[in-house]
Amino acid sequence: MSIITAAGIRVPLQTAEVTTVGSPVLNIAIFGLFVAITLVIVLRASRNNKTAADYYAAGRSFTGGQNGTAIAGDYLSAASFLGIVGAIAINGYDGFLYSIGFLVAWLVALLLVAELLRNTGKFTMADVLSFRLKQRPVRIAAAITTLAVCFFYLLAQMAGAGGLVSLLLGINDRLGQSIVITVVGVLMIMYVLIGGMKGTTWVQIIKACLLIAGAFIMTIWVLALHGFNLSTLLGAAIETSGNAAITSPGLQYGLTSITRLDFLSLALALVLGTAALPHVLMRFYTVPTAKEARRSVVWAIWLIGAFYLFTLILGYGASALIGSERILGAPGGVNSAAPLLAYELGGSILLGLISAVAFATILAVVAGLTITAAASFAHDIYASVIRKDRVDPDGEVKVARRTVVVIGLVSIAGGIGAQGQNVAFLVALAFAVAASANLPTILYSLFWKRFNTQGAIWSMYGGLGSAILLIALSPVVSGGEKSMIQGADFSVFPLSNPGIVSIPLAFFLGWLGTVLSRTTEDPMKQAEMEVRSLTGVGAEKATDH
Amino acid sequence: MGSHPVEPDAGSGAAVDFTEVQQTEQFKELRKRHRSFVFPMAVFFLLWYFAYVLLADYAHEFMATPVFGNINVGIILGLLQFVSTFAITMWYVSYANRRLDPIAANLRHELEEAAPEVFVDPSGGKK
Repeated sequence: MSIITAAGIRVPLQTAEVTTVGSPVLNIAIFGLFVAITLVIVLRASRNNKTAADYYAAGRSFTGGQNGTAIAGDYLSAASFLGIVGAIAINGYDGFLYSIGFLVAWLVALLLVAELLRNTGKFTMADVLSFRLKQRPVRIAAAITTLAVCFFYLLAQMAGAGGLVSLLLGINDRLGQSIVITVVGVLMIMYVLIGGMKGTTWVQIIKACLLIAGAFIMTIWVLALHGFNLSTLLGAAIETSGNAAITSPGLQYGLTSITRLDFLSLALALVLGTAALPHVLMRFYTVPTAKEARRSVVWAIWLIGAFYLFTLILGYGASALIGSERILGAPGGVNSAAPLLAYELGGSILLGLISAVAFATILAVVAGLTITAAASFAHDIYASVIRKDRVDPDGEVKVARRTVVVIGLVSIAGGIGAQGQNVAFLVALAFAVAASANLPTILYSLFWKRFNTQGAIWSMYGGLGSAILLIALSPVVSGGEKSMIQGADFSVFPLSNPGIVSIPLAFFLGWLGTVLSRTTEDPMKQAEMEVRSLTGVGAEKATDH
Repeated sequence: MGSHPVEPDAGSGAAVDFTEVQQTEQFKELRKRHRSFVFPMAVFFLLWYFAYVLLADYAHEFMATPVFGNINVGIILGLLQFVSTFAITMWYVSYANRRLDPIAANLRHELEEAAPEVFVDPSGGKK
């Protein structure tokens, strides 16, 4: 079941006649303009893409502020914008809980992961995880978990693209949406092929600025309509919805003890997943020093925090000005709350702008995920494992580019298959997989001296396997109203988010595998990793001495 | 950007005895300062976050208690999560700038001077 269909929502008595809002031509024109401008920038940025470090890590040339904005761009996906605004508009407070988890999670990244990781790795998460353990098995495991997380996240974004166009372009049939998903996929492949990490980062930066500016303008607008008084806005939302409970928790997750537990599981996955998302981790390598990595995270926290405060206002604003019946009745359903609000406020022009931004969001996030997955395959599997480091960087980048095309095609196919699934919810699954498969090994290898290869392998495969197995056996896949597979029911596991089981299990397996293993790792390597991670020696350019 | 930092897995450890560095007082102090800040802070914010989540999950009536106007305890606690996140961020940055960065920079320079062939790239930048 999806978060949106969870009961507590009044289903509209009659299906509202399917209409589009605004002007599809205008929407397409604004989006086309965005694509044209960003393509030019990507082309310019790619001119001096020569080495592997240029392609994967943008030559480590970005400042903390630029990279922080790009991180915000990567992180504030369509799920954040459309999904959370919609969730707050419909379920009130329970939608707000998402934003809090998404934001607080950054403290894990800031305090425990970002700088240390920046200092020990080169291009990918696997660089860090395999630093002091056995290269081959750990690298393969880390690459597999990276690819799995990217895949889930990609599915979510592509599904979001389909839903968005049904609202914006008036395309409601499956074929039309599939064509649009294909167009998004092809555009994304172009960005990543041409621009590499540098081009992708610029796309993220532009998109983050547009998205945050757009949300800010709408927030001020909504607040102005309610006398800049949060209490008045909440009052208006209660009045339109006729339900005072939308300002307090419980509408969505408070129904039964199972949904409560499900919420707890989700909260755990959100807070621990962020610092283990491979496409976010890879961003820490695009800056020259650990200090810049810290600055990046600080920028990201401010931007993301501000944005989620905006979504709170926008969500209740949509609830007050539009009402849940009209939102649910619109094509695109709950995900259409933000575009509908834009239309209500500023007519076709604002709707066109906001929709183009939302579309650009999907495009940029998909590009970021693709380059991460491609780097992981080319750098970790092809160069390190298959060719045993006997490949020159040019050859590696060539493989990375080919991988981009393959991943692009896979995500187009997956996106067509995942149409109609709730976006925020699919993203939450990606977080659960990341938190289970990656986070325990990242933390253990940074902070636990005794941690060894067997622990890493058990934790990564155990976390990944249990998370995916539990998802497969959950109501998400079968047995529910909105399950992916209809007409069958093998949902043995009652929760829709596996985090509460799979995350502790992965931590436990990492510990168990370590203490049961008789081999000890090279203490020299452990010392080297610890010294490098804390001092940044060898990982920074000459500074000021 | 001519120089490409870090080749950590290139086996550069052979020329430098990192276990020795690890045992120096200066490094131990750096590690202690780092961990004595980040560990308690991580425990604190996770406890505070989960306390909030549990309240939102199991104490609906408490969260719905009106404070003023239509603003209730839940909204205020939720916004406080934002405030605490921003505050911890600023606190950590100021702590790292004052207490961590100077020692880390010092150690880094010492290491680079002791073994330039390992850490300094002939093309001018650091390796």
